Amino acid sequence: MATRQTQSLARLMRAPAIILLLIWMLVPLGMTLYYSFLNYNLLSPGTTSWAGWFNYQYFYTDPAFFQSIWNTLVLVLGVLLITVCGGIAIALLIDKPIFGQGIVRILVISPFFVMPPVAALIWKNMIMHPSYGVFADIAKFFGATPVDWFAQYPLLSIILIVAWQWLPFATLILLTALQSLDGEQVEAAEMDGASAFARFTHLTLPHMSRAITVVILIQTIFLLGVYAEILVTTNGGPGYASTNLTYLIYRAARLNFDIGGAAAGGIIAVILANIVAIFLMRAVGKNLD
Amino acid sequence: MGSITLKSVRKAFGEVEVIPGVDLEINEGEFVVFVGPSGCGKSTLLRLIAGLEDVTDGQIMIDGKNVTDASPAKRGLAMVFQSYALYPHMSVRKNIAFPLKMAKMPEAEREKRVQHAAGILNLTDYLDRRPGQLSGGQRQRVAIGRAIVREPSAFLFDEPLSNLDAALRVNMRVEISELHKKLATTMIYVTHDQVEAMTMADKIVVLRAGRIEQVGSPLELYRSPANRFVGGFIGSPNMNFIEGEVAAKMGAHAIGVRPEHFHMSTSDGLLGGTVGVAEHLGSDTFLHIDLDNGPHIIARAEGEFPVHHGDRVYLTPQEGRVYRFDQNGLAI
Repeated sequence: MATRQTQSLARLMRAPAIILLLIWMLVPLGMTLYYSFLNYNLLSPGTTSWAGWFNYQYFYTDPAFFQSIWNTLVLVLGVLLITVCGGIAIALLIDKPIFGQGIVRILVISPFFVMPPVAALIWKNMIMHPSYGVFADIAKFFGATPVDWFAQYPLLSIILIVAWQWLPFATLILLTALQSLDGEQVEAAEMDGASAFARFTHLTLPHMSRAITVVILIQTIFLLGVYAEILVTTNGGPGYASTNLTYLIYRAARLNFDIGGAAAGGIIAVILANIVAIFLMRAVGKNLD
Repeated sequence: MGSITLKSVRKAFGEVEVIPGVDLEINEGEFVVFVGPSGCGKSTLLRLIAGLEDVTDGQIMIDGKNVTDASPAKRGLAMVFQSYALYPHMSVRKNIAFPLKMAKMPEAEREKRVQHAAGILNLTDYLDRRPGQLSGGQRQRVAIGRAIVREPSAFLFDEPLSNLDAALRVNMRVEISELHKKLATTMIYVTHDQVEAMTMADKIVVLRAGRIEQVGSPLELYRSPANRFVGGFIGSPNMNFIEGEVAAKMGAHAIGVRPEHFHMSTSDGLLGGTVGVAEHLGSDTFLHIDLDNGPHIIARAEGEFPVHHGDRVYLTPQEGRVYRFDQNGLAI
């Protein structure tokens, strides 16, 4: 078959999948867009009316709006910082041959298998709890006053929990990158007089740059939508101290039953995600070439 | 600058003894080739000299200084690896300048040395490319460039040509030999290819199972191999070994005759045989011959020698070119 026929046949055959995906994406997006312009509250579901830009205006003037965007960005950046730095450090450590390497690696990866709400509850009740959490025990052992994590540092607590969950993912990706580093290159650098630190900055880090980019991009996608951890621990509080955009939308939809307002928030979240994506691709996307 | 001495150097990986004990003297400016079959410990020996492996026992001296416990960087040696080991994210210029940067040399001096090295190796037009954009031979030259900018007291080459195709290998062989003449620095070169060893070396070290079998100039090894192994390893095609009656008549357990040291005739001679495969190359004729009383041998005739499969030929070893070996394979 000639090239042109092959191409059009290929186009024809992949069309159903692409069309299905398109519908899958466009219908919810279209409905969200439509709802965002309606006065639509589940407390009075029969009476919907055209709202114009009111929902956007309402969501925008919500006192929690800017704080929730700020919190979203702090949460994403904080978790990225901890997981990338921590992931590199742990990957470097477990790359070295040690006794019980297999078990250590499984243990390092295991937090990833714990569901987010379960992990958050464990952290809330067994680790960070001010009276019977592990941190409180440690503080008491040293004679210090236990920290009430979710009251005093709510956003930091969420960041720690989410970072703990995502650390294995970062570690795993960075470890495979580390293992693909050519041993002879390291030896060549050793002969060239590079110290261990110089070998890390000139050889290991550039070698891992692509993997780091992948970690950052994938994690950002998921971290923009962090929700379960907030729901089961702080409920977005105290005040709005740990409310991110996703959680603000949840409040609008499920606590105020305001479908229109929540839909407007959803559209704003999509726009925010795209802005973040543009910045990310500018910043680190060149590593993927 | 550049004399290296090994004093009863021993290397064991756990229980496995790879090098049971080696004494070797490498003089300043020499081109020394370590040659041997794979697994003979030649690369390990090179890595011991480089400092990439720790010596289990014994001493390594460079220019009279004991460097047995010194780190690779402190030994002042440069190494060219089999895989070239270039830094893929750096340009050729940065690759070559890397050791100088690590030595904290000022920028201007670095650039001068890089330009000089690039000039010697014909790399001037490629300085801003990445290693991934270069051919095998060019990458090889970058690796050599990275070695020469440091002006080391000796160069170590670990099978540098084995990733190149045959034609390029011959070119690079000549280039490395010329580089040695130009720089007059000690070079240690590891290979399993005896042709590389014969053509490049001032001194060949033949290794087997971690032991030095013989040390000498290429022609010394060719003319007077110390044992059967060296005799069989040096020279191409391999030396023929004939045991039994013919050897006993000459007072040896086995005799060795190189393919090029037979008088060949179709009418009479000491050994009779039937031609198997005949390779007519024009300049030479290689005959695979089944001798009447035993082994299969290869003989070379100069120029054209018109025999074919199934013909009978007679061979007489040339006077003074027969090597005699005893029961243990040692030369008599």
